[in-house]
Amino acid sequence: MATEFVARGSNLDLVGIRKEFPGFTAIDDLDLHIPAGEFFALLGPSGCGKTTTLRLVAGLEEPTSGQILIGGKDVSHTKPHERPVNTVFQSYALFPHMSVLENVAFGLKQRKIADPLKRASEALDLVQLGHLAGRRPQQLSGGQQQRVALARALVNRPSLLLLDEPLGALDLKLRREMQIELKAIQIEVGLTFLHVTHDQEEAMDMADTVAVMNKGHIEQMGAPEKLYDRPKTVFVSKFLGQSNLFIGKIVETSANSLSIDVVGYKISVPKDRAEKHTGKIAIGVRPEKADLFQNKPADSSSQNLIGPGEVKDIRFTGVSNQFLVDVPNIGLVTVFEQNEGNSTVELGDQVWISWKVEHSFGLADLPADTLDEE
Amino acid sequence: MRFALGKWALPLYTVLAFIYLLIPIAYTFVFSFNDSFKSNISWRGFTFNNWLNVCGEPGVCDAFGTSVLIGVVSTVLATILGTMIAIALVRYEFKARSQVSLLLFLPMATPEIVLGAGLASQFFNMGVTKGLGTVIVAHVMFCLSFVVVTVKARVASLDPALEEAGSDLYATPAQVFRKVTLPLLTPGIMSAALLAFALSFDDFIITNFNAGPVDTFPKFVYTAAAKGIPAEANVIGSAVFLVAIIAVVLVQLNSARKQKRLLAGK
Amino acid sequence: MAFAAFGHSGGSKSDFKTPRKTSVKVAMALLIPGMLYLGLFFITPLVSLVVTSLEVPDGSGEIGRYAYGFEISNYWTVIETYWPHIARSFFYALMATILGLLISYPLAYFIGVKARRWPILQGLMLTLVIAPFFISFLLRTFAWKQMFANESLIVTTLQSWGVLAPDQYLVGTDFMVIFGLTYNFIPFMTLPLYTSLERLDIRLLEAGSDLYANPAKVFARVTLPLSMPGIISGTLMTFIPIAGDYVNASSQFLGSSETAMIGNVVEANFLRINDYPSASALSVLLMAAILALVTFYVRRSGTEDLL
Repeated sequence: MATEFVARGSNLDLVGIRKEFPGFTAIDDLDLHIPAGEFFALLGPSGCGKTTTLRLVAGLEEPTSGQILIGGKDVSHTKPHERPVNTVFQSYALFPHMSVLENVAFGLKQRKIADPLKRASEALDLVQLGHLAGRRPQQLSGGQQQRVALARALVNRPSLLLLDEPLGALDLKLRREMQIELKAIQIEVGLTFLHVTHDQEEAMDMADTVAVMNKGHIEQMGAPEKLYDRPKTVFVSKFLGQSNLFIGKIVETSANSLSIDVVGYKISVPKDRAEKHTGKIAIGVRPEKADLFQNKPADSSSQNLIGPGEVKDIRFTGVSNQFLVDVPNIGLVTVFEQNEGNSTVELGDQVWISWKVEHSFGLADLPADTLDEE
Repeated sequence: MRFALGKWALPLYTVLAFIYLLIPIAYTFVFSFNDSFKSNISWRGFTFNNWLNVCGEPGVCDAFGTSVLIGVVSTVLATILGTMIAIALVRYEFKARSQVSLLLFLPMATPEIVLGAGLASQFFNMGVTKGLGTVIVAHVMFCLSFVVVTVKARVASLDPALEEAGSDLYATPAQVFRKVTLPLLTPGIMSAALLAFALSFDDFIITNFNAGPVDTFPKFVYTAAAKGIPAEANVIGSAVFLVAIIAVVLVQLNSARKQKRLLAGK
Repeated sequence: MAFAAFGHSGGSKSDFKTPRKTSVKVAMALLIPGMLYLGLFFITPLVSLVVTSLEVPDGSGEIGRYAYGFEISNYWTVIETYWPHIARSFFYALMATILGLLISYPLAYFIGVKARRWPILQGLMLTLVIAPFFISFLLRTFAWKQMFANESLIVTTLQSWGVLAPDQYLVGTDFMVIFGLTYNFIPFMTLPLYTSLERLDIRLLEAGSDLYANPAKVFARVTLPLSMPGIISGTLMTFIPIAGDYVNASSQFLGSSETAMIGNVVEANFLRINDYPSASALSVLLMAAILALVTFYVRRSGTEDLL
């Protein structure tokens, strides 16, 4: 039953996973491939099935159907203690009746690996807690407990390390520190990390690949910057950062771009940045990619332009100013301007909004509140 | 003046209430030193003889020993059965949950005389001879629900992730139980066991119906009460009281110290 | 000590949200031994009690020999014969429960609310509340008997003051039995009250005095309603055992033949004159009355999750 003491991570493959609980389906036909040594984040709102996915991989739940492969080996129906996987639990789940050192050595002792205490102290040194080895977990701060939980999992050199919102209980400042530390440790030990979180900044900051989950399936997956630059669904465009969406019918198609008609405005998107090329489509742009103009700029084929609209709200956040502009017939549009200290736009001003065509993206679906009058 | 009275009325009342609660204990203790002759009714002078020669009164030490034996056996059995039920109730999903809860609640809501008479009538109808065995059967029965309630509270306060962490760290279900669940439940199981022992040791009514010829300490006292309880019984009662109260105070001080140490560690 | 456990159980659910395990096999293996035990030694005895209560003398003329029958009139007979004992039992239980509540509430309030600032004192006082449990129930009761005995200082003093007539005594009276019952079950009342008062948020009282100003009104509108769960479990936990008690009312202890309760009658019929059907019929009546009371109480208060 004991797994070999591997030092490198393994691939994880989920094939057609389905998990039903009495009354609802938590995961619906999920396929996922995570290459060895990657930092992979599962991102989604609570109830999207991300924690269930993690528990399935750990063996704490059994899939209703489908296969789980770790390093190519089918582990779908093996017990948690037989899987070469370790978990950092959300509540840390440190054993209160053992010292910090005994906690870290627990897995090693179970597998009868030589020198468990020596290896455990080394693991504690890795997370800079060697001096607290003799303490009880309850005597440590939240951040320290989190690191003990990490050491307790890492020391086993698992093929796959599962992190269940491990930073969720920490305050913002400590969370940012731990993110940096966690990423550094992952690079150092070279293991495969599967990280579950609802914090998009955390996911984008640390992961090599982010999968956005919604209602039991993966909406989109890819490198953080790709996901942000080119969301493919309404959910991803709204969950990962903010987006302005414009809905209209495709009226013009050229060799490399298409245009839609939104209440008289022509908004264009490069063909290779649109998920569909006919019919009704939602085109989006990120608020920081749009610019405000107090005088109407000249029309240009490389720019989309709408307006004029009235500035309804200005929010000062330090790094940027966030404007809410009410464009007649279109609605509210958000624009972020870098705070360079020279903004003259005031509440109630009439402004035009413009952005580069290449910054548009066309989505595969439409917002749920769109009326479907084809 | 009225204000000062309002401020001191409640503490004063509390002191009086405690005096009221403790008077019979003090009385029992004092009369364990009475240089009594036959019945221990009026004060005849101070002596250590009763303490030095507890077993001098025929039957009292045997009764005490029987009570301890019954208490230990019943406690062990009730604690094992009750702990199993408590774990099942908190950790497992099953259909008959509300029926099980009702079945556990009913013995606690039943007057002892009904429990005692019921069992006695069953033993009588089945032709079972009353003795040590029937007393133990009865004691396990009425202690069981109290064990479940006490252990259940502890299981409910135990994070299930701890057990999951155990199995995640390569422990088999049996090892998880032995190394994680059981040590963490120990305080709850211990207090349940102490409760069961106290209930069993002090029970008179159910025992009286089911003991037959077996003499327990409460039965001895009840029988003796007709002509006056011998001072040796006061000695045993007082000694048990002292041991129990010292144990409780030590446990309390210990947990207060632990609390302090934990706070200091942070 | 026992019923104190109730105080902590008011609707306690698991503190954690992880779904319960669904392994029916393990759950059954854990449950069945204990449930079987209760079935065999709690449920069947109750059935046996009902069966016995309907039995008739077997005709041999020997004492204590009965045969199966369906003699419902046994119940009318015991009600007719023993209605004073039945009425007395419930009267004593009611009086002792009310007195117990009046004595315990201020005590529990002081320990649970006023003494919060001093946890060690709080722990010490709680130990003192349960201290009577550590000494035999019978010894405690006997101690009161001795203190209130006919030649005791208390009685002679009361006689010399004229409170008692020269030939009037305390032991054997309703007063003495109620006194003993009240005393013996005070911890059962105080602990559940303490548990619910201890959880009382003091800020609510402050908010109350802010809104109602008058301490009596704050008590009536805030403290009392919030401590209701404690009052409910405390009164149940004292009333039930008191209604079935027979030690306090027996003539060896604080009572006399004038104070005999249901328990005394059951004991005498069962253990001394071997009239099993009468003893069983009375027990069944007592059980039925208690169950009706508990059901009514639980329905009224909504604390269905007593365990």
